[in-house]
Amino acid sequence: MNIPYTVEERPDTGLANGKLGIWLFLASEVMLFGALFSTYIILRTGAEEWPHGELNIWLGAVNTVILISSSVTMVMAWASLKMHNFGKHRLYLLVTWLLAAIFLVNKYFEYSDHFGKGEGPWHSTFLAIYFTLTGLHGIHILGGMVVMGYFLGPGAKLWKTNPDQFTNRIEYTGLYWHFVDLVWIFLFPVLYLL
Amino acid sequence: MHSAPNIKKYLMIGAALLVFTAITVAANQLHFAVPLAITVALVIAITKGSMVASVFMHLSDERKWIYGSLLLTVVFFIVLMSVPIFTVMDTIGTPIHHAATAEHTGR
Amino acid sequence: MDHPTTHPKDVYEHAHEHEHAELGFWRKYVFSVDHKVIGIQYAVTGLLFLLFGFTLMMIMRWQMAFNGKPIPLIGGLLGMDKAPGGIMLPEFYNQLGAMHGTIMVFMGVVPLAVGGFGNFVLPLQIGAPDMAFPKINMMSYWSYFLGGVIMLSSFFVTGGAAMSGWTSYAPLSIVTQPGQLGQTIWLLGMIFLITSSLLGSLNFIVTTVQLRAKGLSWMRLPFFVWAQFVTSFLLLLAFPPLEAAGVLQLMDRLAGTSFFMPSGLVVSGKVLANSGQGNPLLWQHLFWFLAHPEVYVLILPAMGIVSEVIANNTRKPLWGYKALVYSVVFLGFMSFIVWAHHMFMTGMGTTMSAFFQTTTMIISIPSVVILTALLLSLWGASIRFTTPMLFALAFLPMFGIGGLTGLPLGLAPSDIHLHDTYYVIGHFHYVVAPGTIFALFAGIYYWFPKATGRKMNDTLGWVHFWGSFITINLVFFPMFIEGLAGMNRRMYDGGTLYQHNAAVLHWNVVQGYASWALGLFQIPFIINFFSSIKWGKAVDKNPWEATTLEWAAPSPPGHGNFLTEPIVYRGPYEYSVPGAPRDFSPQFEPEKA
Repeated sequence: MNIPYTVEERPDTGLANGKLGIWLFLASEVMLFGALFSTYIILRTGAEEWPHGELNIWLGAVNTVILISSSVTMVMAWASLKMHNFGKHRLYLLVTWLLAAIFLVNKYFEYSDHFGKGEGPWHSTFLAIYFTLTGLHGIHILGGMVVMGYFLGPGAKLWKTNPDQFTNRIEYTGLYWHFVDLVWIFLFPVLYLL
Repeated sequence: MHSAPNIKKYLMIGAALLVFTAITVAANQLHFAVPLAITVALVIAITKGSMVASVFMHLSDERKWIYGSLLLTVVFFIVLMSVPIFTVMDTIGTPIHHAATAEHTGR
Repeated sequence: MDHPTTHPKDVYEHAHEHEHAELGFWRKYVFSVDHKVIGIQYAVTGLLFLLFGFTLMMIMRWQMAFNGKPIPLIGGLLGMDKAPGGIMLPEFYNQLGAMHGTIMVFMGVVPLAVGGFGNFVLPLQIGAPDMAFPKINMMSYWSYFLGGVIMLSSFFVTGGAAMSGWTSYAPLSIVTQPGQLGQTIWLLGMIFLITSSLLGSLNFIVTTVQLRAKGLSWMRLPFFVWAQFVTSFLLLLAFPPLEAAGVLQLMDRLAGTSFFMPSGLVVSGKVLANSGQGNPLLWQHLFWFLAHPEVYVLILPAMGIVSEVIANNTRKPLWGYKALVYSVVFLGFMSFIVWAHHMFMTGMGTTMSAFFQTTTMIISIPSVVILTALLLSLWGASIRFTTPMLFALAFLPMFGIGGLTGLPLGLAPSDIHLHDTYYVIGHFHYVVAPGTIFALFAGIYYWFPKATGRKMNDTLGWVHFWGSFITINLVFFPMFIEGLAGMNRRMYDGGTLYQHNAAVLHWNVVQGYASWALGLFQIPFIINFFSSIKWGKAVDKNPWEATTLEWAAPSPPGHGNFLTEPIVYRGPYEYSVPGAPRDFSPQFEPEKA
């Protein structure tokens, strides 16, 4: 039994099921991170003093550049499929994955720097919200890497049997990845700069 | 159901994002007063975010249902950002100042 | 396994060709991706949790009626840490209270109303072969199941289950006795339950938008579908903040953070060593941001069910279909901006109190429109008093009482007197218990024939209805009297501590007996439910002579639901159309030439 519109678009809505599904998922993620940003606002306005200079701005900026670049390579990975170039697609997807990994490695250095000084989330409300926001974001990066890994690995078989569906799935992965980048675009100035 | 992918556009937007990142970091070096700093940071972040959303995520030629769901979400997001803090700021009587509690925690 | 084309025409043309190898027992009944199986799994699990949560309350009622007396029958079994000598400890009372609320809301009503009815009925009512994402549907059920098991396990850990109310307010929920694990487990359980809801709501929305049958435009949808659709948006957008808040509370409990912990807190004579500067009100905001829309999640599916049953048993179209649709959409939107009416007593100033009071009064308007439309639907009708109709009719005045008693709570000045009293408990139980749960019973009696091919017994249904209706009012109505007298909620001793309660204490005894009688009257339902599966009167596709699409499928529907592609020719409630051959014109039957 097949479900209609898994690949083909429904004429009156112009959507395939997965496209609407991923956007709705992203909408819920906006509210999830929104709660944490709201937490940041309340904690910061309620604090007598808010720390500055505890985070490495340059490392944060480097990570921002890395993530933005990975967004570019991700959209290129999808665009290559639309142009029927599977080889290029795999290259771009791999580069995206590697950039994500470097991002996480940088975060590891940042985290261990703090923990090494005995400053975990318990140390202040600033560090509490910093670790929570970047930690949740980091988990999302990891999730994205798992999905990309799947499409680099066993999931790539779908390109042979149903190239349109495979292209759609890469598009949806891309939408998720751009969202993760988007969250960081707000996280970086809010936590590191303000 | 997109028009053919516009590679040049993606690369240009990518470059623009990197430029804005540099601007954000540079602006931070200028040490504005807090309200101005927040405004500048948010304006730049929203600009960058809109570019990612409209170009990389194809939101600018997306369907009604997607736009509609997102618009609804944005409205509630704004509510979640603003209303709790308005509520916390709007209190009955005189709030007990934090200075008294600072003694206990030794901060 | 996937075909290149997924046009609906192909779905039905290839239905016969595409015979799967027969699935084994586990894939067919346990890890099924079929929405009907998943719907029944949700419904049965939800009903079991409802029964369990109800049992917890029956035990609480003993303590409130007979303060300090050993609990009969099971008192000896509870153990020294919960009820030494069979006499309930205050801590155990608090655990029962917190878990009763949690289980009823998150593990009972919503899974049954949304997971059960939504999953089973919605694809059928829109003429779809299944949900848009069947595998995600299965994951959503098992996430719920796992969350439920985790929640139940909290009774057996050191320190017992969560005991800070279903609302888990900080700092109480965070400052623990050493090794009190129940609240931590509550938070973990909630994460699984919330994930389940998020996956489910996504599925419902995509299914409704994308998989409607040919001819089924938005304004031809049964109101049940509209209600589930709006409910899904509430779940999708309101739950994530609570998921975030749950993580924050876990960190406060386990990682020593101070998201919700104010500075300088002294517990049991000792100053806490955390960083402080947190805000307990932040928890309340994040919690109620979900929990207010959550109450509309509790009521909307019920309104949907009642609408279907009323239309069918009045043999008339629903009055004001358009008004119903606009109201439910408006209600859904408003539900996101009223939450702090639960927080009038937190020191909020007059500006924000006025804001929330205003939005709360505004939101009562669509509720009244919906209730009025349903009442007006009865006018001039040929009412068939079937078992589902008995419950649907009772829903109307019961929801009316529940809704009206909400007004003095939504108005800040009167809420000062009534907040945290039994009046609140009476209000919300009227809406959920003789309100939603009665509607859910109506739904079970109504759709049981579609799911099993057999009808439930009417005599047992009549006994179940009248017994429940009378006893449930005896449980909840006295709460208004107690609340107006000032009796506080969540008091382990039933209120005996305070002099001002003396005049109303006797109601606790009345409520105790009424609740145990209410429990007994569920027995005919349980017997009816299980015995009718095997021995109920066999029926064919459309025993209620209804108009909506689910009645076009066989009873029970097979894999893929419909034998031929369903096409919709008219609106959902074409009953008693002048000049038509029968008193109902189903949506799916073409015009006779």
